[in-house]
Amino acid sequence: MKPFTYERATSLEQAAKAVASVQGARFIAGGTNLLDLMKLQIETPAHLVDVNRLGLDKIEKTPEGGLRIGALVRNTDLAADATVRRDYAVLSRALVAGASGQLRNKATTAGNLLQRTRCPYFYDTRMPCNKRRPGSGCAALKGISRGLAIIGTSDACIAQHPSDMAVAMRLLDATVETVDAAGGRRAIPIADFHRLPGDTPHVEHTLKPGELITAVTLPRPLGGTHVYHKVRDRASYAFALVSVAAVFGKDGSARFAFGGLAPKPWRVAAADAAAPSGAKAVAEAALAGARPTEQNGFKQGLTARTLASVFRQKEAAA
Amino acid sequence: MTSDHLTRRGLLQGGVAVAATVPALGGASTVAAQPRQEGGRMTPVELTVNGREVHLQLDPRTTLLDALREHLHLTGTKKGCDHGQCGACTVIVEGRRINSCLTLAVMHDGEKVTTIEGLGTPEKLHPMQKAFIVHDGYQCGYCTPGQICSAVAVLDEIEAGVPSHATVDLNKVALSDAELRERMSGNICRCAAYPNIIAAMRNVAGEAKA
Repeated sequence: MKPFTYERATSLEQAAKAVASVQGARFIAGGTNLLDLMKLQIETPAHLVDVNRLGLDKIEKTPEGGLRIGALVRNTDLAADATVRRDYAVLSRALVAGASGQLRNKATTAGNLLQRTRCPYFYDTRMPCNKRRPGSGCAALKGISRGLAIIGTSDACIAQHPSDMAVAMRLLDATVETVDAAGGRRAIPIADFHRLPGDTPHVEHTLKPGELITAVTLPRPLGGTHVYHKVRDRASYAFALVSVAAVFGKDGSARFAFGGLAPKPWRVAAADAAAPSGAKAVAEAALAGARPTEQNGFKQGLTARTLASVFRQKEAAA
Repeated sequence: MTSDHLTRRGLLQGGVAVAATVPALGGASTVAAQPRQEGGRMTPVELTVNGREVHLQLDPRTTLLDALREHLHLTGTKKGCDHGQCGACTVIVEGRRINSCLTLAVMHDGEKVTTIEGLGTPEKLHPMQKAFIVHDGYQCGYCTPGQICSAVAVLDEIEAGVPSHATVDLNKVALSDAELRERMSGNICRCAAYPNIIAAMRNVAGEAKA
């Protein structure tokens, strides 16, 4: 790792100020992604601000009947929370589909949203990568792209967002709450939180420098049948080729969000509307305009088949 | 600091002192600072490792794994991939298993760490260590300390009702081979002792219930 200085934040405002005022400073929470990238010198922060002891680790009901999840709530604790298991089961299922038990014990809610892609060319510092080194090109376009995104991509980047948790958060219309260095607070709908690559794939979200996530809130529970289905190369501890998060309402309505397919958790209104026509129609609506490579075109068919399985699981649960 | 009655539960609750036979601390509770490295400001870190308080001065880059191995000479915890993929570095911090390679020691100031040396000793093995021997849960042994730390914590997680990807009913976590296999997927064994590791865990879980 490149040398860095370290400080333990004592308040939210101080943490935000510290990161905003020091060049190359970063927050560190669970560290499971950041430290991995620092060892490879893909991330080289000059200063780390540890936000682990700021009391952001609580899960509480909101006055609106939803749930406010502290940014530092560990993935294990969120998946195991009694309210989440009962009312937001798709989130619990998505969380336990990701990573390993050890990593989930450390990884945090906010860190999971912010985790970087696992595109092999982002990780290989000898190769061009517009996300890692803006303007250097994209080695993935003509490279090993089997696991990469097929929709929402650009000529500059086809990296996929790796998170399972974020897919469920997108499905549930979560809101990301933040504080900035001036003490200002904002609430960002998760639909607007992650950015598509366009010409600037290194800009992955809408946070400003020093802006710290304090919580992720969920609206009132949707009820219905919750399903999270992840397809991957191994039975456990692997990133998704395709994942589907779904909630089926008692009134016949449904909503879907997708992982493994796009640079951000993917959700399309037309896919929800296509639910009465079945899995194939939902897949077609979700992937309208997809631009797969020669290697990852299989994800289109795989999405339809994964959705077919999701519909069957819904029938079985009913 | 002798412990006459060493139990998994007691250890994880952090109350039980660990056997004095833990070798590596050499009687000193303060370990000399390593030479100052370029750009790194030495940071004081206090840990309770296997029931024993230690004070370290560390370059902030030092992972918990390197603090344990290189500074405290507790070499039972192994460095495999050093990227959180293999699980050889698994230790128990504040009652939870984590990859010690993917966390900085400075982030754990004031916390309790249990390594394989703290679970049991050659004279007084932890039940999970015994079960690994009885069921032949290893060949080369390199991944074994991580496997055992993980296995001990897994049984606690199941007991606490923490769900996994193999859990059928999120509100009723049951002990099954499928659960154990899924929960141990972050510990790779290139000798493929997996079936025997599951047998060892089954054995310990059964004894705990009886």
